[in-house]
Amino acid sequence: MGCIENLKYEMILPLGASFRECREYVEKHFVEFWYVDPGYKLFDEYIIGLPPIALGIEGAKIVFPYTKPCHGTYLLAIEDGDEADRVRRTARKKK
Amino acid sequence: MTDPKNPSPGKALIVLGCPEVPVQQALALHLSHLLTKQGFAVHATGNPAVLNLLRVSDPEKRYLPGMSVLEKCIEEIVEKKRDSDLCVVFAHSDAGISYAATVRHLLPSSRLVVIIFGKDPETLAASADFPCEKIVEKAVHNPMQLKKKINEVFGWAA
Repeated sequence: MGCIENLKYEMILPLGASFRECREYVEKHFVEFWYVDPGYKLFDEYIIGLPPIALGIEGAKIVFPYTKPCHGTYLLAIEDGDEADRVRRTARKKK
Repeated sequence: MTDPKNPSPGKALIVLGCPEVPVQQALALHLSHLLTKQGFAVHATGNPAVLNLLRVSDPEKRYLPGMSVLEKCIEEIVEKKRDSDLCVVFAHSDAGISYAATVRHLLPSSRLVVIIFGKDPETLAASADFPCEKIVEKAVHNPMQLKKKINEVFGWAA
């Protein structure tokens, strides 16, 4: 999984989740969520998906979809306060 | 080869999915061959496995002279270092549709053709609800029916 594979991540939804399932899960389970478009850079990688892509934030934890051609989309969580703050500054609240 | 009376139609990008469905690689070479004959400068992108399959099939790079891994290609598109007049995305999974949606968003003025195949292409095609041309055919091992549809869409039907 490139750079993200080297980070300490938690798998929220496993391999094979659809991009819609990931978006719905974030909207349903997180009080704080933000929207970005494909190509948004997160943890030094460009996010893939059908816009709008929902990112959940819980404290310093960012929850985001991560797509790989052979596996589909995972919903991952990574703790990073600086990156969470950057999402709050650069993402949008509305779809 | 390019007709001197007609200028090049531009650049074409072929986006490949995971190589687990065999028809994809054969059709990618077919598509690249005919697009090149039509005058397109063709570039293909995919994961390392699919690119290696194509390298083995095309050792002299006659059909696919330019290839790069997906992450690098997406990075170049986001950073405006690469664009394309035509994008053809092969999709046999949800991930393929995600890549097609990403290409649609990043290259809004390109012609986008999404080739949706595999065991259950109709369900997958329904999830591609963004502007694109879709070629949908149940195809895993036999490329002929899908090849026929591709040829019709691109005006190569005999």
